[in-house]
Amino acid sequence: MSLLLEPELTTIAPVALAVHVRNLCYRYPDGTEALHDISLQIGEGEKVALVGPNGAGKSTLLLHLNGVLRCTSGSVQIGSTTLSDATIRTIRAQVGMVFQDPDDQLFSPTVFDDVAFGPLHMGLPEAEVRQRVAWALEQVDMAGFERRMPHHLSVGQRKRIAVATVLSMHPAILALDEPSAGLDPRARRGLVELLNRLPQAMLVSTHDMRLVQEVFPRMVILAQGRIAADGPSRELLADGALLEQYGLERP
Amino acid sequence: MTTSFLDRYIDRQSPVHGLDGRVKLLLTLGYILALALLPPGNWLAYAACAGLLWWAISRAQLPLRTILARSIVALPFALVAVSVVFTRPGLPLFSLPLGFATLTATDAGLILFASILLKSWLSVQAALLLTATTHFFDLLAALRALHLPPILVAILSFAYRYMFVLVEEAQRLLRARDCRSATLPGQRSGGSIAWRAAVVGRMVGTLFLRSYERSERIYVAMLSRGYNGNMHTLTPRRLTPTEQGLLVVGLALLTGITTLSFFM
Amino acid sequence: MQSLTDLLVFALHVPDGFLNAPVALLWWVLTVAVLAVAVRKTSGSLNERQIPLMGVMAAFIFAAQMLNFPVLGGTSGHLLGGALAALLLGPWAGMLVMACVVGLQALLFQDGGLLAMGANIFNMGILTAAVGYWLGTPLLRLFGGKPWGLVVTGFVAAWVSVMVAAIACSLQLALSGVPAGVVFPAMLFVHAFIGVGEGLITLAALTFIVSTRPDLVTTLTSYLDPTTTRRPVDGRTVGLVTLVGLLCAVGAAFISPLASGDPDGLERVAEDQGFLDRALDAPFSILPDYTIPGLDGNASTIIAGIVGLLIVFALAYGIAMLIRSRRQAAEEERSAPRPATGER
Ligand SMILES: Nc1ncnc2c1ncn2[C@@H]1O[C@H](COP(=O)(O)OP(=O)(O)OP(=O)(O)O)[C@@H](O)[C@H]1O
Ligand SMILES: [Mg+2]
Repeated sequence: MSLLLEPELTTIAPVALAVHVRNLCYRYPDGTEALHDISLQIGEGEKVALVGPNGAGKSTLLLHLNGVLRCTSGSVQIGSTTLSDATIRTIRAQVGMVFQDPDDQLFSPTVFDDVAFGPLHMGLPEAEVRQRVAWALEQVDMAGFERRMPHHLSVGQRKRIAVATVLSMHPAILALDEPSAGLDPRARRGLVELLNRLPQAMLVSTHDMRLVQEVFPRMVILAQGRIAADGPSRELLADGALLEQYGLERP
Repeated sequence: MTTSFLDRYIDRQSPVHGLDGRVKLLLTLGYILALALLPPGNWLAYAACAGLLWWAISRAQLPLRTILARSIVALPFALVAVSVVFTRPGLPLFSLPLGFATLTATDAGLILFASILLKSWLSVQAALLLTATTHFFDLLAALRALHLPPILVAILSFAYRYMFVLVEEAQRLLRARDCRSATLPGQRSGGSIAWRAAVVGRMVGTLFLRSYERSERIYVAMLSRGYNGNMHTLTPRRLTPTEQGLLVVGLALLTGITTLSFFM
Repeated sequence: MQSLTDLLVFALHVPDGFLNAPVALLWWVLTVAVLAVAVRKTSGSLNERQIPLMGVMAAFIFAAQMLNFPVLGGTSGHLLGGALAALLLGPWAGMLVMACVVGLQALLFQDGGLLAMGANIFNMGILTAAVGYWLGTPLLRLFGGKPWGLVVTGFVAAWVSVMVAAIACSLQLALSGVPAGVVFPAMLFVHAFIGVGEGLITLAALTFIVSTRPDLVTTLTSYLDPTTTRRPVDGRTVGLVTLVGLLCAVGAAFISPLASGDPDGLERVAEDQGFLDRALDAPFSILPDYTIPGLDGNASTIIAGIVGLLIVFALAYGIAMLIRSRRQAAEEERSAPRPATGER
C-alpha cells in the first residue's frame, strides 16, 4: 500500500500530534478479530474521515480512542499522554466520543442534563458547568433547548445535541460515529457546516462520501480490521478502482 | 408517544406552573394525606378541600372540565368498595331483593361509600394538577432534593427517558405481529391461548434483549463522558421566601382542616 | 381501547381514597424499609453498570406491560412483570426496578394513588419480585437444569407472585374497612386468571431469553446449568422456602378477617345478614365464599384461608417432589456421567 503513511516519515516532520495509535490489535471477548496492527497519526486540528464497509472495524477503532475498549496489543496516545488505567479519566475528558444512535448518547431526561453530564463528571464547579452548557448549545445552534426532552426533538436536532454533549467537555479530539446517518438534506447541511466550523481534530466514521468530500481533507479506508489506504481525500476519491475494491461509492 | 393528554398544558405560564417541584409535590402529598385522614361523612371538610383544590386548578389555568372528566380513572375501583354500602352496620335504608338473597343498604354504609368516592375523586384531581403543571424532570429534581436515594432517582430518570423509546419498539413489535396474523374472513383468528401467550412472551423476550443491549451502549456513552459509578447533579436551588411561605401556609391550612374535622 | 382485564389489572393499582390513612402509612413504612435494604444491596455491589441497566429495565417492564394478547370475549392477557424482573435481574434489583415502574405509573398516569403508592409498590414491586425469585430459584434447583424446569418455574413463580400480590392488596383493603368476605374472594378469583396470563408470558419470555442469550441471565446461570445442580437438592432450601411460604400464608389468613378494620363486627353483620356469601357462592364451590358453613364468621374465614393456601402449597410442593424423585431415579439408572451439553 503505497498510500500508507509511513511512521518514520511523519516522525521526522515536527507536527504536534493529537492522536497517535501504534500497532493496535483488538480481539472481542467472543474471539472476533476486529482490528489488526492499526497505526494511525492525526495532527492537531486535522479532520480525518474513517470509511469502509460494514463490519470493517470503524466503530471498534473509535472506541479505542477514549479507552472504552482497550487494545489487546499496541498503544494509544492522545496528545502527549499514553492511555493506561492511570490516565483514562483525563483521556476521556480529552476525547469527545459521539455514538451513532443519539438515543444512546442522550440518556438524560432533558437536553440541559445531558450536556451538563460530562462537565459535572469532570468535577467542574457549577457556575462553569452552566456556562459550558450554554456555550456548547450555542455552538450547535441549539440555544434555548435546555429544558426540552430528547424524545421531543427531531433526529437532526438530537444529533446536534449529541455533539454538544461532548463539546461541553472542551475535548481536544472528536470521535464521531456515522454522524450523518438518517439525516434529511437540511439537517445534513447543518451538520456539514458544524463540522467545518469546529476547530478540533476529528476522526469521523461515515458511509457518506459526499460528507467526506465536503469536510475532510484526509481519509482512511478500513477493511477487515486493517488500514487499506490513508491519504488525501481528493486523491482517494478520484481512484475509482480503489473505491470499487472496498465497496465505496463515488461522491 | 406523549406521556398523556396533560402534555398540552405543561408548558403554560401560571403561578402554579412556576412553583418549585418540591412545593407542589409536598403540598399534593399533604393534601391527599389530609383527605385520607378526614372522617367519613364530614361534608363541610370535603367541601373546603374541594374548594382549595379547584381554586388551585383555576390558578393553574387548567380547564376544570378536562380535569374532572379525566379524574374518573379511579372509578372502576369503586366496584370493590361498593360492598361497604351493604355491610356497614347502621339504619337500614332500602333493600335489593336479588332472588336468592336480599342486600340491605345502610345509611352509614352509604355515607362511607360516598366519602371513599369523594376522597378518591379529589385525590386523583390533585395528582392530575401536579402532573399537568410539573415536568417530570422537575419532579425528579424535587425527589432528589428531598433525599430520595440517588440510585432510585437515577433509575426513574433513565426509565422516563427510555420509556418512550421502548414503547415505540413495543408498538413496532405489536404491529409486526398484527400484520402477520391477519386472518381470512370467517375464520377463527390464530392459535390457542397458550400459543398467543407464547408469541407475546417471545416479543417480551425480544424487547428485553434489545433493552439490555441498549443499556450496555448507554453505559459506554456514560463512561465516555466521565461516569465512574456516581451520578453527579447540580445542587438544587433554595426555595424562595414566597415558596417557603406558601408551603407553610398550605400545610398549616390542611392540618387545620383535618384537626377541625375531628371536632365537628 | 381498554378491555376488561386492563381494568382488572387496575385492581392492583389501588387509587387514593380506598385505603385509610393508617394502612397507607403503615405500608409506606414497610416499603421504605424494604427498599432501603434493596438500595443497599444493589449499590453495595460495586457494579456501576447496574444503574443504566436498572433504569432501562424499568422502561422495559413499562413497555412490556403494553404487549398483550386476546384471551376470550374481549379480555386480554398481559404482564405485570415483577417475577420476570426478579428472575432476570435478581431480587433486589428487581424490586427497585418494579418500584420505579409503579412510581412512574402513579406520577405520570395517575395509575394508582400517591398515598397508596407505598402499598402498591409493596404489592406489585416487592412481593412479586420476592416471590418470583425466592420461589423461582429453589424450584429451578429442584428441576436440576432441565429445560422444562424453566417452563414450570416461570409459570409457577409468576402465577404465585400475582396471587400473593392480590392477597396483600386484599388485606390492605380489608384493613381499610372493605369487607374481607367480599374483597378476598373477588380479588383472588380475578387474579387466578390474570396470573395465568402472567405465567404464560413469563415462561415464554424466560425460555426465549435463556435460549438466545444465556450469558445475560447471570442470576440464573447457576440454577440452569445441569452440571452444577446435579448434586442432590439442598433439603434445607426447600424446607426453608416451604416454611416461610406457610408462615406467610397462615399469617395472612389470620390477619385478614381479624383485621377487617372494624371493632363492631363489620364481618359479623355481613355473615348475619347472610347475603354476601350466597351472592358470591357460585364461582367458589370448593370453599364457598371463603368461609366454611357452620362456623362463626371470623374463624371460618381464617380456616378457609389457611386451607386454600395449604392446598396451593401442597400442590406445588407435591409436584416438585414428584419431579425430583423421578429425576433422581433416572439419574441412578444411568450412573454414567451425562454429557453436560445436549441438555438444552
Ligand atoms: N461487541 C462485539 N462483540 C463481538 N464482536 C463484535 C462486537 N462488536 C463488533 N464486533 C465485530 O467486530 C467487527 C467490527 O465491527 P464494527 O462495529 O467496528 O464495524 P463498523 O466498521 O463500525 O461497521 P458498521 O459500518 O456496520 O458500523 C465486526 O466483525 C463485528 O461483527
Ligand atoms: Mg459502526
